[in-house]
Amino acid sequence: MCDTCGCGDANLVSVDVHQSLLSANDAQAAALRLRFTGDGVTVVNVMRSPGSGKTALLEATARAFAGRHRLAAVSGDLATSHDADRLARAGVPSAAITTGTTCHLDAAMVERALQGEIGAAARACEYFFIENVGNLVCPAIYDLGQHANVVALSVTEGVDKPLKYPVMFRHADLVVLTKVDLLPHLPEVSVAAIRDALARVMPEPELIEVSATKGAGLDAWLGWLEQRRAAALASRCEGFGS
Amino acid sequence: MHEASLVMALFDQIDRAVAAHPRARVQEVHVRVGELAGVEPTLLRTAFEAFRESRGRPEAALALIEEPAEWACAKCGDAMARGAVLQCACGGAARLSRGGDVFLDRLELEVPDV
Repeated sequence: MCDTCGCGDANLVSVDVHQSLLSANDAQAAALRLRFTGDGVTVVNVMRSPGSGKTALLEATARAFAGRHRLAAVSGDLATSHDADRLARAGVPSAAITTGTTCHLDAAMVERALQGEIGAAARACEYFFIENVGNLVCPAIYDLGQHANVVALSVTEGVDKPLKYPVMFRHADLVVLTKVDLLPHLPEVSVAAIRDALARVMPEPELIEVSATKGAGLDAWLGWLEQRRAAALASRCEGFGS
Repeated sequence: MHEASLVMALFDQIDRAVAAHPRARVQEVHVRVGELAGVEPTLLRTAFEAFRESRGRPEAALALIEEPAEWACAKCGDAMARGAVLQCACGGAARLSRGGDVFLDRLELEVPDV
């Protein structure tokens, strides 16, 4: 008999699956995270619109952390390795993940990149940045094995981006509001309005205002990174103790 | 369009799920899409229809259930209104109680007589 409706059709079979379509990606990401955590590497997935100032933020991070912490990065882009080249010039071992027509990174792409030259630096660094493809839609749902999701949002993008892209901001652990030195030229942009929009889509909204070129807010950003690193390292100790 | 990637993962899941029924024909694929899953149902359907033939499931029909997002306070459990600030009057933060995932719920197979 049919298991579903009892219709008596011997040829009908209902198979319950109850599995996320992302389960294969999530399993691969969990394995990556376990490996990174074991190596003492803190992984930060940076998502953003194109032109948000995220590469400038990472360049400024590299300058500020120079001599204190080792960094490495992979940069996802549809074409070119410009972002990875910029980070390499800033002293950060970097590799490009050129995705072609694919609009996001997934755990398999990160795994493949780590099998290349960047793999050794990625295991030996303290902070590994994954610069995701510039897109506020598709990258949000893919776990890459990171310890934290950061969304870089520039003041020139207006105040309602969080409301327009709720899925992206729901997944964020931190929003870095970039290019705040431009605020005096943007009378229609209010940081309070951005904070209000965030509070409606992000359960525990956290926002740091930064100007990568002028240095404002960088200390808060670096402090946040160090806090996340301490938490990731603590989770490693708990893991070893259990 | 990440829906194409998701549909490829969906067909992989279908292949694994029906491995025990090698002669089965997949008639219906029941997928639940949450409002905040980051998946556009129309695009998911378009991608499914574009790939089902090449993935060996030409008869398969996609049955989509769209699940609205629901937020509730993680502390007291009170529901939060749509579009509201996600901070409960009790001081607790919100958590998404429904509508954040995209799931393959079940398959309906036709298994020929042996």
